[in-house]
Amino acid sequence: MGEFKVHRIRFFNHMPSAIRVMAFNSHTERLVVARADGAVEIFNFADNYYQEKVIPGRDGKAVEALCWVGRRLFSAGLDGEITEYDLENLRPRNSMEAYGGPIWTISSNSQGTLLAAGCEDGTVKMFEVLEDRIQFQRNLSRQKGRIISLSWHPTGSQIAAGMLDMIKIFDAETGHATHRLLVERGLQRTSNSQEVVVWSVAFLSDHTIISGDSAGKVQIWDGITGTLVRTHLLTKWDVLVLAVSPDESSVIAGTSEGTVVQFQFISSTVDQQDKQWVRTRTFKSHSHDVRALVHTDTAVVSGGVDTQLVVRPLLDKVEKNTQESAMRKIIFPHRNLVSCAKKAGLLLFQFSDHLELWRLGESDGNGETRAHTRLTSNLRVGRFGEDNICCSALSPCGGWLAYATVSSVRLYRLQLDNNITPLVPLSRLQVSKLPKELNSVHQLSFSSDSSKLFASSILSSVIVASVKELECKYLHTFKPPSGEQPVHLLSPSEDGNWLATANTGGEIHVFDLHCSVPVCGSCPTAVSIHPFSCSLVSVHADQQIFEFSLKQKEFTAWSRKLQKQGMHPLWLQRDAPITRVTFNPNNPTHILLHDTSMFCIVDQILPLPEEKTRFYNQSVLQSLSLGERLRNSHAFKVYRNFQNLLCVDLMEDHSLVVVERPLLDIVSQLPAPVQQKKFAT
Amino acid sequence: MVEYGDIRVVYRGGSKINFRKPVISNDSRFLLCASGESVKVFSSVTEECVHELRGHTGQVTGVLLRPSNHLQVYSCSTDGTVRLWDFTDGILVRVKNEKGTFRTLVVKQVCVFVFAELFQLVAVNLPQTPDQLVEARDLSAVLSDVSSNPSTIAFGRGGEYLASVNNLKMEIYFFKKNKSYRFEPFNGGKNTFTCIACHPKDDCVATGHDDGKIRLWRNFKQKKEYTYSTLHWHHSAVSSLCFTPEGTNLLSGGVESVLVQWRYNQENQKDFLPRLGAAITHVTVSPDGALFSTSHSDNKITIIQSCVKVSAVIQGLVKGENVTTGLLVDPRSKALVLNGRPGHLQFYSLQRDKLLFHLDIVQQEYIHEAGLEQFEVVRAAFDASGLWLATVEERKQKSAELELNLKLWSFDEQTQSFVLNTTVSAPHEARITAMCFSQAADSQTTTLVSASRDGHFKAWQLGLPAHTDGTQEYEGPSWSCDFVGAYHGLVPRCCCFSADGSLLAVGFQEVVTVWNPTSWELLTTLSQPPGDVRNLCFGQLSCSKYLLGSNNKKMVCCWNLLTCSLEWSTSMDVSLLLVDSRSENMAAFCCQDGSTDLFVFKPSEPRPLFSQKAVCSGRVIHAVFTPREVMLESSEESSQWLNRSQLYFLTEFMDLLTFSTKAEEEKLMASSKQLVIDDTVAMTPFYLLLGKHRHEHLGNEESAERTPLPQSSVAIKELLQTPAHVLPATSFLCSMFAKSLLISVTETSRRVGHRFNLNNSDSDSNSSFRFRFFEDMTCFTRAS
Repeated sequence: MGEFKVHRIRFFNHMPSAIRVMAFNSHTERLVVARADGAVEIFNFADNYYQEKVIPGRDGKAVEALCWVGRRLFSAGLDGEITEYDLENLRPRNSMEAYGGPIWTISSNSQGTLLAAGCEDGTVKMFEVLEDRIQFQRNLSRQKGRIISLSWHPTGSQIAAGMLDMIKIFDAETGHATHRLLVERGLQRTSNSQEVVVWSVAFLSDHTIISGDSAGKVQIWDGITGTLVRTHLLTKWDVLVLAVSPDESSVIAGTSEGTVVQFQFISSTVDQQDKQWVRTRTFKSHSHDVRALVHTDTAVVSGGVDTQLVVRPLLDKVEKNTQESAMRKIIFPHRNLVSCAKKAGLLLFQFSDHLELWRLGESDGNGETRAHTRLTSNLRVGRFGEDNICCSALSPCGGWLAYATVSSVRLYRLQLDNNITPLVPLSRLQVSKLPKELNSVHQLSFSSDSSKLFASSILSSVIVASVKELECKYLHTFKPPSGEQPVHLLSPSEDGNWLATANTGGEIHVFDLHCSVPVCGSCPTAVSIHPFSCSLVSVHADQQIFEFSLKQKEFTAWSRKLQKQGMHPLWLQRDAPITRVTFNPNNPTHILLHDTSMFCIVDQILPLPEEKTRFYNQSVLQSLSLGERLRNSHAFKVYRNFQNLLCVDLMEDHSLVVVERPLLDIVSQLPAPVQQKKFAT
Repeated sequence: MVEYGDIRVVYRGGSKINFRKPVISNDSRFLLCASGESVKVFSSVTEECVHELRGHTGQVTGVLLRPSNHLQVYSCSTDGTVRLWDFTDGILVRVKNEKGTFRTLVVKQVCVFVFAELFQLVAVNLPQTPDQLVEARDLSAVLSDVSSNPSTIAFGRGGEYLASVNNLKMEIYFFKKNKSYRFEPFNGGKNTFTCIACHPKDDCVATGHDDGKIRLWRNFKQKKEYTYSTLHWHHSAVSSLCFTPEGTNLLSGGVESVLVQWRYNQENQKDFLPRLGAAITHVTVSPDGALFSTSHSDNKITIIQSCVKVSAVIQGLVKGENVTTGLLVDPRSKALVLNGRPGHLQFYSLQRDKLLFHLDIVQQEYIHEAGLEQFEVVRAAFDASGLWLATVEERKQKSAELELNLKLWSFDEQTQSFVLNTTVSAPHEARITAMCFSQAADSQTTTLVSASRDGHFKAWQLGLPAHTDGTQEYEGPSWSCDFVGAYHGLVPRCCCFSADGSLLAVGFQEVVTVWNPTSWELLTTLSQPPGDVRNLCFGQLSCSKYLLGSNNKKMVCCWNLLTCSLEWSTSMDVSLLLVDSRSENMAAFCCQDGSTDLFVFKPSEPRPLFSQKAVCSGRVIHAVFTPREVMLESSEESSQWLNRSQLYFLTEFMDLLTFSTKAEEEKLMASSKQLVIDDTVAMTPFYLLLGKHRHEHLGNEESAERTPLPQSSVAIKELLQTPAHVLPATSFLCSMFAKSLLISVTETSRRVGHRFNLNNSDSDSNSSFRFRFFEDMTCFTRAS
């Protein structure tokens, strides 16, 4: 497998943000997740749950509600604005003040013509959804107390609104309240004087209303008569969120205890038709509050304060023991947050509101793989404005640092004092004048000789700028022949001749050559150009690997062999995407890949693993003799000793930088969960 | 079981009453449970055994109420029969013969479902014939691959479907559609199914699991869309589940010995009944839901009123994991004495088949914790008069030394119980291997001999009362060590006093030594072919000159103590050798090829009196001769040894078995047939005042009515003279009876008509009685 000196780094204090709200678009199979820092992430459920797009948030703009209207995405927050997002260019398209105080919830009717917003001042405001914007239509009759939750009847004739101590049903035509359902106050925990918050309501097509409240109850109401049908007491704490399956046969409720409880609409006896809501399964996949829930046809998707996105398939809806039935936890972003300056030995860590620059220390062990990494210098780059950082890059020579927010790009010249004592802080100079083309950027990258800066911009174009001595000059713009999706991967070749880009539409373009790699169905998660053979290696969300020869403009023989034989099933079962492809200059046939749970060296010389061969065989191989080892080894050498990997990169001195983020560190930074009685404690 | 002439091995007394789910009668007055080869009917109020339903010749494996007649009960047994009983008066109604052995049964309307061999659930259609003995031929297998445990099968919602679980599989069979659905919802782990119960009204199946979870399954009509909810309170496997008759509550029990009551549909509300004493094995509810009963692992049935109050405890013979004291007979009460609850000795009356009391030996609180070493009673011995009881308790901790206590208890006439007299802590340095009292009843001083692994045997005697100073209170005489004996540093394994107490034999590994207990001199050593001595016995009565010993080299030797020479020896792998104190007979159990053979012989005679191959499967670990209260007068040679005493033995599976002769069984059967329900059970003061009076009144009325009955018909005569319990079914008789009334000579018919006219003109109460008379034939016949 080859030996490397390893810098094992565990001081990247990356802290994912709590999940606040989610919405699922069943037509496009996209899940949108809003986090507490205001970032909005879009996951493609059709493509192996790949995190396609990330729209960074900004300070003081917490998203409280999300809503899909067709393919358009709206959000609302406590700042009182309704925002529509531009999903092609990854930025807010427009915002509109609702003039009702903080907005707690928005909901669109099933026709997609109206958007209702529940406001702090007790009004439900109706907005008409127009082609390019939304327009205020009217207020429903104003209530006392804030509107916490809203749910449209599927026909669009009525709206149920969850408030303090009650649920109101409005006629959408007249705007008058038709029913008032009083919710009982909590019995155990809260005193009678404390009002109960109806955190979530669901209005079903048979006029059943289901509510979840802060007293821990899930209540089922008859919406026609306005009477309570059943009360299910779930927890001593809050029921925070409800979600209904598309066929309305199942409802899930998320609680403060981190459990998700399922209710199903089933008949009590086999032959009879009268059905009732029965509490069935309980899923415990979170340690903290479940704040967001989505019930798809086959799975329960939940997220909450513990920052994990959990996709738990319902075993009665999927085939057992398949890849589909496996539970998935998405903890880390599917992007690179770490940039390495290969030549200078610098590391750049990207946080949502600042950057950290570290220099690798000298490893003191001789031949020891786990060397220490000593902090030599630390740079905190403060950001400008309230926008969060969306991308950053460090030039290979270590001389340039660039980062971008939604609205602006910053470029710094770093002056390294290599020869003097390494503890002297780096000085930095901001390049003041940037070409005006660099204003809206989703991805940044430097060329290998650090003379050019590549930035992906609107309409999947790539801007090339030259950087030299505190000067940045716009050179030109690459425009792909087709495609409107944003470019999320940039990979310049080692010799500077080529630039490979990939966009979320799944297309890969190679510029300076103007060739397009044939599109495969899945979105690429990592691309890179081989420094010697000039072939492009791309790894996709469905875990397929392709190698495309740029000279012959066709897939290489190895790639075709791999496709013909197919990937090993265990390789396909991994649930995290490969986020980085690097090459070993010493050994040109080696490709280094990593995801969050393993890193792998693909040796193109060795035979590919058959379906029956043992895939994870590194520990077995070590115990075998040399001849046996050669006979049993295959192309995929998977090394799983490092866990929760955020970055694996090869430096110029052939040492390996491994950035880990132990889950325990993340858990220890979370707030304390609610008190729960555990057995034998 | 195995027959030998007319002597049979039977379960009698001390059998398990927690083997299968008990049944509570419809009026909640009786509780029926399978117990050995019979079905016992207990009163749920007084805890007494009202009577026993005898007749099976194998272990009873299931009891169920007959759905169509709640006064009748079905029982099945390993002898291949299903029997129908009138349990109120204990009369056998019908026998169904069946090939193969049944494990248990479930009844649904017309069919009887039995577990046959090969783990199949078989439906048996009962033919409607008047014969008493019916061979059921109409068999159809319903489910295959079911678990042998009957609590894994349940009928749902009026018998519409049948649910069965086995390991990780669940199968639900719908009778109407004749279709079954199989689920295998878990991949493994600790999700193994342990028990099942079906809701009586809804389509909901509750299953218990190995990890303590209870799951409520719904919507199992489809193959995939089934769903379940989970209840979790138990921390280890749920052993029994039961819905109340209305389906409002679910009861569960497990090793925690807590009965948990879950509200159906409001599962986070639950009630507990803790501290039930031992792990719950079965939970049942009476048909009216008023009484619950829980069976426990220590052979106990607790009857609980409305989940709050324990109203009665029916305690059987407690069988722990191992009986280290062996079986003893208390000479005073003739009760069987053995280990009971942890740290206790139990006294069990075999004649009355009832636990008398527990004697707390260790006198320490027992702490329920896995892996915690506690004091255990390991040896016990009675002297001949039953005045003294010696016990040895020990505690072996991992690192520490062995803790030993020898306790001597004297019988207190006033309190009628044993009182601790002397405690000797650390009587020996190592484990005590044997202990015996001198058996002479008339001697002045009783001597206790204990042999230990430390190479010594010690004789203990009741010393004189200690000299009392004026200040000290008078204390009774206490026991002290009189003599310490050893022989060449060998380890004594067994010791035995002769019948008159004049000789003590101690077996030191390969050497048998004979001592004089008065002067403590070594009289002689008896050599024998090499091999450690396992058992030693002196002959009794006329054979008292013989000393018998068995060793681990498959030899049994008999020495003549007068000549000190080997009288005879034979090659036999005797695991247990014991002597009947009332006769010359000795019994030897030989273990061979996984089963045990019994030989009964006299030491003076070369031929065994009785021998039986394969008495039971497995080893016999303990046995004892118990004296009979009434001597049997058996003339047959092979059964004469059972005339004075009975031989009880305990197998390694903790089954207490005994031998019974045919004559004895017939006597028992006859007595059980004569048994009539005792109406004094649950007699209220109100009943005492009015009931008897009314009864008399009714009786008069009946006798007045009886006189004009048509007596002339042969059919009726036959009908009236046959005993009630052998009568064929009422429906069968009805037409015959009606015919006999109709087709008759004209004058009789006129007479009958006249009578009916008379009746019509009678008062209302009379006519209603008449009506009942035609409705209920059995009532009529029994009244006559």
